[in-house]
Amino acid sequence: MRRGQLVLLVLAVLLAAAWLAPMAWAVATSLKPEGETTAVPSTWIGSEITLDAYALVLGTGGIVKWAINSAVTTLVVTFMTVLLSAMAAYGFARTSFRGRRVLLGLILAGIMVPPQVLIAPLFAEMVALGLVDTWWGIILPQIAAPLIVYILYKFFQEVPPELEQAAFVDGAGRWRVFFTIVLPLSRPVLGAVAIFTFITTWNNFLWPFLVSTDPNTMTLPVGLANVVQGTFGLRYAQIMASVVLAGLPLLVVFVLFQRQIIRGVAHTGLAGQ
Amino acid sequence: MTTTVAAPAATQPVAEVKVARRWTQHGLLFVGPFLLVYLAFLVWPLLDGLRMSLSSVNIAGSNDELVGLANYAEAFGDPRMWRSLWNTIVFTALSTVPLVLLGLLLALLVHNLRFVRWLWRLSFFAPFLLPSAVVALLWRDMIYQPSFGLLNGTLGTDVLWLGDPGVAMWSVVLTTVWWTVGFNFLLYLAALQSIPQPLYEAAAIDGANAWVRLRAITLPMLRRTTGLIIVLQLLASLKVFDQIYLMTGGGPEDSTRSIIEYAYDVGFTGYRIGYASAVSYILFAIIVVISLVQLRLFRKREEGLS
Repeated sequence: MRRGQLVLLVLAVLLAAAWLAPMAWAVATSLKPEGETTAVPSTWIGSEITLDAYALVLGTGGIVKWAINSAVTTLVVTFMTVLLSAMAAYGFARTSFRGRRVLLGLILAGIMVPPQVLIAPLFAEMVALGLVDTWWGIILPQIAAPLIVYILYKFFQEVPPELEQAAFVDGAGRWRVFFTIVLPLSRPVLGAVAIFTFITTWNNFLWPFLVSTDPNTMTLPVGLANVVQGTFGLRYAQIMASVVLAGLPLLVVFVLFQRQIIRGVAHTGLAGQ
Repeated sequence: MTTTVAAPAATQPVAEVKVARRWTQHGLLFVGPFLLVYLAFLVWPLLDGLRMSLSSVNIAGSNDELVGLANYAEAFGDPRMWRSLWNTIVFTALSTVPLVLLGLLLALLVHNLRFVRWLWRLSFFAPFLLPSAVVALLWRDMIYQPSFGLLNGTLGTDVLWLGDPGVAMWSVVLTTVWWTVGFNFLLYLAALQSIPQPLYEAAAIDGANAWVRLRAITLPMLRRTTGLIIVLQLLASLKVFDQIYLMTGGGPEDSTRSIIEYAYDVGFTGYRIGYASAVSYILFAIIVVISLVQLRLFRKREEGLS
């Protein structure tokens, strides 16, 4: 090994240790007996390693329910975002109709609108529609993602149309061409935007936090922020067990699909510009 | 923005005209479903928010009278609005520099390492995958906690990381850097991998050492990516809410309250939705200006290249 590599390696080990330390500290605390979590000076490992905190959190808290709410709303948002955005992007890229350019401009302008500035009118709208404390209240505003339409629009524009033309000559209709030729061909880019949408929706806080006041409809991050504190008070092993359980799902998914996730995030993160 | 829709010429045979017509059929049906959601949950609230910002409406929907620009006039004379806007700008300035620089350095480091790259990628990117609530509870309760928290325990210090008005914003920035630098790191890593390898080989033949290669090839090739990352980072930082709200609630003494949090406070705990909308629209105006400047900048650069 060259000396340069060794220096870089040492640097990487130190930085990675610093980066992983906070997460390791959460895990370490969650495995301590409750009485030892606030001991000064603090130690990484308590007198025994116990899963009591996890048993308590899973048994008494709403964390399982919140995980289900998160999974359902995130999957629906991801599926509907990809489907509706792909349809719209294909329509703009491949068909012509009255007002096409105006509508496309209207949607592209929406990329500039941060959802955070819409919280007040959006909440009023949800009250009017009776969607506060419902899954649909969490889901619907998150589907209106013009950035995804733009990314897919640019992609469809660059796909050569010959394959689709051939299918039309063979008598296939536009919808069949879209679902059986275009969508399967676009799997990589659809996967990328789906992964990006899944991560941002799973972790979204502000909107689900505003629109769910009932612990039964809260998502994982909202339940964690709103309820865990009240339920477990200052019992830090249980709070950290909740934190670990809430953080774990995406980390596991990441370890399993690292390559696809990196491509999805890098692609979508920059493609909007 | 050109499309590849085939226009049927008069001399085309019937079959081809039919094909061409299929190209243009159903356009609105494809666009319609998204358009409905978009109009209902983005365009409508955008317009309704503007109307609300000109009214005295409260969260129950009552007292809804147009008051002209009174909310904006009040906001521009409201010291807490200015304070939260200033905090937001300070947070943006303090966080953007380390988030971009550290993202670049970590990417350069990992890109040049030959061993267990997946491990470094995982280490630096993993925090980005955590929900804000996880990050905030972890840092507030177990790291910044003054007596048994990891930071004071490890450093042997006695700092009130979130309780001291002079320190709290720095602590929020530190947490944010730890949490989100992995995103910029990934973008830089992808950009590094797309630099053509022959450039480096040619430079190596010319005897350029690593430092020269970095300055003469890598950094110039990353210029466009850096511009994009800076703009994305500015826009993201201006919208900060989650970690501040959950770690400090805006305190101590309003020293960390961001503009989004102020809009949330006056609207959802103060019940003044009209005033909250006006505060939101002030931030929105800033974001639109930055977005338009960015569009101009990058369009110019693209034209310059071609």
